[in-house]
Amino acid sequence: MATKIFAAPSPHVHGGESTRRIMGDVLLALVPALAVSTYYFGLRVLMITAVSVAACVIFEYLIQRLLFRSRSTIGDLSAVVTGVLLAFNVPVGIPWWIVVVGALVAIGIGKMTFGGLGCNPFNPALTGRIFLLIAYPVQMTDWTTGVPDALSGSTLLNDVKTGAVSVSDCDFMDMFAGNMNGSMGEVGALALILGGIYLLWRKVITWHIPVSILGTMAIFAACTVMGEGGSLVYEFPLFHILAGGALLGAIFMATDYSTSPMTHKGMLIYGVCIGLLTMIIRLWGAYPEGMSFAIFIMNAATPLINKYCRPKRFGTKK
Amino acid sequence: MRTFPIGGIHPSDEKAWSKDKAIEVMELPDEVAIQMTQHIGAPATPIVAKGDKVLTGQLIGEAAGFVSANIHSPISGTVTNVEIFPDGQGIRRQMVIIKREGDEWVESIDRSKEIKRECTLSPFEIINKIKSAGVVGMGGATFPTHVKLSIPDGQKAEILIINGVECEPYLTSDYRTMLERGEELLVGVEILMRALSVERAVIGIENNKPDAVAHLNKLIVGGNYRGISVMPLKMRYPQGGEKQLIAAVTGRQVPPPPALPISVGAVVCNASSAVAVYEAVQKNKPLIERVVTITGKNLMHTHNYLVRFGTSYKNFIEHAGGLPEGDVKILNGGPMMGRAVVELSAPLLKGCSGITIVSGREAVRRKEGTCIKCAKCVAACPMGLEPYLLAKLAQNKMWDRAEEHNTVECIECGCCSYTCPSNLPLLDHIRIGKQNVMANIRARAIKK
Repeated sequence: MATKIFAAPSPHVHGGESTRRIMGDVLLALVPALAVSTYYFGLRVLMITAVSVAACVIFEYLIQRLLFRSRSTIGDLSAVVTGVLLAFNVPVGIPWWIVVVGALVAIGIGKMTFGGLGCNPFNPALTGRIFLLIAYPVQMTDWTTGVPDALSGSTLLNDVKTGAVSVSDCDFMDMFAGNMNGSMGEVGALALILGGIYLLWRKVITWHIPVSILGTMAIFAACTVMGEGGSLVYEFPLFHILAGGALLGAIFMATDYSTSPMTHKGMLIYGVCIGLLTMIIRLWGAYPEGMSFAIFIMNAATPLINKYCRPKRFGTKK
Repeated sequence: MRTFPIGGIHPSDEKAWSKDKAIEVMELPDEVAIQMTQHIGAPATPIVAKGDKVLTGQLIGEAAGFVSANIHSPISGTVTNVEIFPDGQGIRRQMVIIKREGDEWVESIDRSKEIKRECTLSPFEIINKIKSAGVVGMGGATFPTHVKLSIPDGQKAEILIINGVECEPYLTSDYRTMLERGEELLVGVEILMRALSVERAVIGIENNKPDAVAHLNKLIVGGNYRGISVMPLKMRYPQGGEKQLIAAVTGRQVPPPPALPISVGAVVCNASSAVAVYEAVQKNKPLIERVVTITGKNLMHTHNYLVRFGTSYKNFIEHAGGLPEGDVKILNGGPMMGRAVVELSAPLLKGCSGITIVSGREAVRRKEGTCIKCAKCVAACPMGLEPYLLAKLAQNKMWDRAEEHNTVECIECGCCSYTCPSNLPLLDHIRIGKQNVMANIRARAIKK
């Protein structure tokens, strides 16, 4: 039997890591949050998510085959992740066609315009969300449709900002479990944290970005309270971490590979800036929530951070 | 437990295939091809001609310069040819072909098994003996040992580090050497300490070889070897890299080139080389044979053979039971840094610690994707470089920027390619970049 002898430069083995596996892990990590969301908001959550995922995948496929005339890469599951994250960033009552528009912006403009996976300067799902927030502000902040009666038509962040609700009245256990208003995927702090722990364990992400974002937000919130002579030194920071999209953003959105810095030092700078920007927008900005804008702004700063935060070279002090 | 400070990966060590196979002496080959470049530096100059009779251990290639090494005949017989032939990678090299007639050794070589510990030679004499025996680094880099031991003026060695790490998956030749020739190794270390005038030597061994650690510790206590200690290190590839090992053992990092390990007071020597030093100094035996592992998942029989240099890959593999069925990749070394062998008639060299046979399926590279900027290569790089960037710069032929980003500091360990989830051949590109940058640096030096 003729035996072929192969030749190639080293290394001759591979660790087995693949983009598909990484994306699969991210999807798995999002499952608990999806389950919590479905529990509180009903089956419509699954419908919207399915529409978003299908739209993202189909748009990516069509753009690659018809415009780029290249091999399709939908098998790497990154479009699926974008689809789920986009769905997680809209309220459950949103008309399904708005989600499709969001998917077109996310994949078409956010991702494929720049050359596809790894080349996009901004997180595609966030690009979609921000477009929808500006283009359909009413539908994107309509928290009443399809929501249990017990909940008001507004998010806690908005209520606290307008003074309708005091932080001291918030039920932190409910917030922790996910029994609150908000975008589909941002409720359910516990589920999101579990997903984050899974990603850390699988080494898909490192602690630097989530911890620096959440830590900065907590410290900033605590300082604000103390500066204003308030009494809720512990409650206020906790509220800001649990409310809104802080956890979803810190764990799943800001950690997007191609839009976040490459070195640990860079990640910390990026995370701290996101935390600061989020809190500034939340406390003094026009919007009740600033997470997506903060991440978006820092996405733009990522190349600059990469340029100045080089890894520590072996044998050098710096 | 200590380890090196940045980067690194944890490939499966795959030592189980061959670690329990005791060293066997391989039957002498009928013909050997002795390559004149078995070391880093200038090729040796052949000093024999067609028709000459040679003895085992006789000098046949003379070191051409300081950074070069002597080459000796591993068998006795007649020189049938001095000609250019392809080496394992297909590169044409000068070789001396010798047909074996018996096995008659040069008389001055002491072939007894008895351990001879006492050494009263001066450092200069020791280094001279090592030089004439053609001892080189046997971990794969094949840097001539006498050059390492000749400390430049104004610098001083403080510690001798013996590299028993063998972090490369599969290979077990250093491990078997430490287990079976521990006493010779320790005497070799004593001699090296004497040559360097250092008080302290540390043998670094990864913690996947606890029996080697225990065995050497026992011998050190039993033989009252002063100043020598064994340091178990936390398993992590590429711990056997010279700079990584120094950092793991001493906590000191060798500054970027042109600084050498001696700038932090360290000299590193491979475990098998230490045994070769013992034989060279105490037994007058030149470096003509070594332990070579032959291993792989699909092999029926794995072995650790004591082989004379110049034995062809073909002969060696057939002796070990032949190639497995199906497509294969034959590696001179292990899977991380080994080189694929394409010319099976080429000879085994001083730097060959093992032959790893990888199946065709394992060897085929998976389809390349695009860089997703996951930064896994940055985290894995033990030199603190940015592999994704160096690869990109090399692909775009931006040599000046690659130089700015210190591409020449790459040690080619392969951690980046190993971790890349998009299967990018990062190291392939970086190597090309490195070669071009080094060529540019040389060109500038000449201009000056």
